[in-house]
Amino acid sequence: MALSGIQIFKLTPKKNCKECGCPTCMAFSMKVAQGAKQISECPHMSAEALEQLSEATAPPMKTIKVGAGDSEHTLGGETVLYRHEKTFVNKTVYAASICTCMDDAEIDAKLAQVPSVDYDRINERMYTEMINVNFGKDTTPERFAEVAKKAAAVRPVILSVKDEAAAKAAMDAVKDTKPVLDGADASNYEAFNKLATDAGVVLGVGGTSIDELYDTVQKLEKLGNKNLILDVTMDSIKATFEAAVIIRRAALADGDRSFGYPSIVKVNKLTDDRELQQSLVALFTLKYGSIVVVDTMDYAMALPLYGLRQNLFTDPQKPMKVAPGIYPINGADENSVCLTTVDFALTYFLVSGELERSGVPCNLIISDAGGLSVLTSWAAGKLSATSISKYIQENVEGKIKNRTLIIPGKVAVLKGDLENKLPGWKIVVAPLEAVQLVKFLKDMKANGEI
Amino acid sequence: MPFNRKAHKFNASINEVEIGTGDKAIKLGGENTFPFYSFDGSLGSGPKIGVEITDLGLDGEPDGVKAYYAGCNTIGEIAKKAAQMPGGDFVVLRLAGGDPNGANKSVDDLVAVAKEVADAIDTPLVVEGCKNVEKDADLLAKVAGALQGKNILVMSAKEENYKAIGAAAGLAYGQKVGAESAVDINLAKQLNVVMTQLGVPASSIVMNTGSAAVGYGFDYTISTFDRVRAAALGQDDKMLQMPIITPVASETWAVKESTAAEEDADEGWGPVEARGISMEVQTATACLVSGSDAVILKHPESVKTISRLIKELV
Repeated sequence: MALSGIQIFKLTPKKNCKECGCPTCMAFSMKVAQGAKQISECPHMSAEALEQLSEATAPPMKTIKVGAGDSEHTLGGETVLYRHEKTFVNKTVYAASICTCMDDAEIDAKLAQVPSVDYDRINERMYTEMINVNFGKDTTPERFAEVAKKAAAVRPVILSVKDEAAAKAAMDAVKDTKPVLDGADASNYEAFNKLATDAGVVLGVGGTSIDELYDTVQKLEKLGNKNLILDVTMDSIKATFEAAVIIRRAALADGDRSFGYPSIVKVNKLTDDRELQQSLVALFTLKYGSIVVVDTMDYAMALPLYGLRQNLFTDPQKPMKVAPGIYPINGADENSVCLTTVDFALTYFLVSGELERSGVPCNLIISDAGGLSVLTSWAAGKLSATSISKYIQENVEGKIKNRTLIIPGKVAVLKGDLENKLPGWKIVVAPLEAVQLVKFLKDMKANGEI
Repeated sequence: MPFNRKAHKFNASINEVEIGTGDKAIKLGGENTFPFYSFDGSLGSGPKIGVEITDLGLDGEPDGVKAYYAGCNTIGEIAKKAAQMPGGDFVVLRLAGGDPNGANKSVDDLVAVAKEVADAIDTPLVVEGCKNVEKDADLLAKVAGALQGKNILVMSAKEENYKAIGAAAGLAYGQKVGAESAVDINLAKQLNVVMTQLGVPASSIVMNTGSAAVGYGFDYTISTFDRVRAAALGQDDKMLQMPIITPVASETWAVKESTAAEEDADEGWGPVEARGISMEVQTATACLVSGSDAVILKHPESVKTISRLIKELV
């Protein structure tokens, strides 16, 4: 349970030595209570006090790492159930799935497909981060290890296996890539715990019910393993949704540390239907999946999904921004008309979407406006005739020959000032709403103005 | 130590609003828990799916939609087919042709369309405007009058025109009213307050708190839903206990991912229709799990998938 600053203060040495960077022990205690500092930053804390406090002030949910080197992903560490309370911190990771029951050609084809979805969306790389390797019926440990090795060369893997010999063979083959060893349950947890801890990898724990899973987690914690991920996949969609919500809520709202681990949801085990799988992957992105496994991640599935994830994990206090630059639309070139708006991602998407619908080639010029909407950035002085003209003179005039600039209707007031500051440019005021741009541009084109 | 499961119960619930008449009438809302949290409480009669058609017919619709309506020549025939779409619960007529910047059809023509649709179907009907506030004020008031007795839901009553639409639909003709606000809990509440002050019973109001396609500022949509539901159930805020209806198709089929032809799209994107369905399915899922009591879709594949999702979770 969380301690108050006063409770923490009572356990400090009260020396006000400032070695932790705070002026007084009281100030330090208040910061620890808010989670802004770690108790271990105090060099003079007694061992007993430290133990007592680190247990009480530890975050409600563990942060764990999977994969190695550049392919390492951080999971968990969440502190809230809703994004408006405080930012969600570690985004959901997606995995495609292969099975040793597939023949080699199919496995190779799937492994070749995985890297094909890889693109940038608002400064974030979007790709399938992991591969789930499923231990199929009648598979030998050698084959499982061989397939795991192939997959681990492409992406960090989740080894979904309950057979101890197969798990051991695969761990020997791929442990350096820091896979998730997933498959511990009530029947095999001791052996799997040893395999995972010896190799220093995350252990995935499952169960046939929430209660059974809880029981196994507690047994593993008794063995000293807290490097866990919980497989919340149950035998139906409804039971899986319930487990995903109940477990996260127990950890974050009810302070139950034994459920304070990231989760894995295998939606490919819940349905074969591709459309339902993509509905479920969206569902479990919103409701508490740290890793979500699908059969295949293709572009059609990825485009909305990664957009959803990006929205969900943005800091509600820090709006998403697009990078300043010249964005050519509908095959625009240096002679196409220019428009400008702010770098707030929502505005950018609305405006660029309407411009695309108009079919008129044009250059959308984005300058730094603090990531705010048009009126807000104007009111804050971040979108002004000076900021726009400076950006255009420094970054646009050398590249674009066209000299017509369309400005947002909401800042029509800037027109006169811009005409003075940008000699040679014709300044045109757009309609108030983005949705009116289609007709506006088509009319301008029809009238020969652009 | 066994797991100590704690239920999170509320002493409040979402209003139940009935639309339609007779056997096919449906209820929106009625739940006393967060979306699909059946382990905590009641989900009411569960979320519903509307099938969207527009007065502009089938031109410009994706192939799968055209194929579904193949052989339908009049708006009445299209409506009848929409009412039979597997997984759909009600029909939504969007009067897009009224837009003064678009087809600019007359109010009389559009009222005639609405009548033809209402006469062709026995499932509940929802009518959306053309998004132009002045035109909608006139148009939707007249639609509400022309379809008196059908217990339809008249959408698109906004801050600017709620008086005209609310007074006609909610007071004069006894229809249900959809209060539309722009992704902000305070605006949503404010509109419900002024609408009830006008005399429209709270039990006749359904909210459209705004939406977006996923990836397009959907963060605001999620947080608005989350906060509206937290206030409605957790704080028993009567002015936020209206069920939520969310038009999904009109948002998702307009974004780049759903419109860029394969040859114009980025490499690897694949056929445009599959992308459109994905956008619709995932956005609808995200709306439902965040708080929508009804989503409006148009592609038969999306309707089928979302209806399966609802069946699995309710």
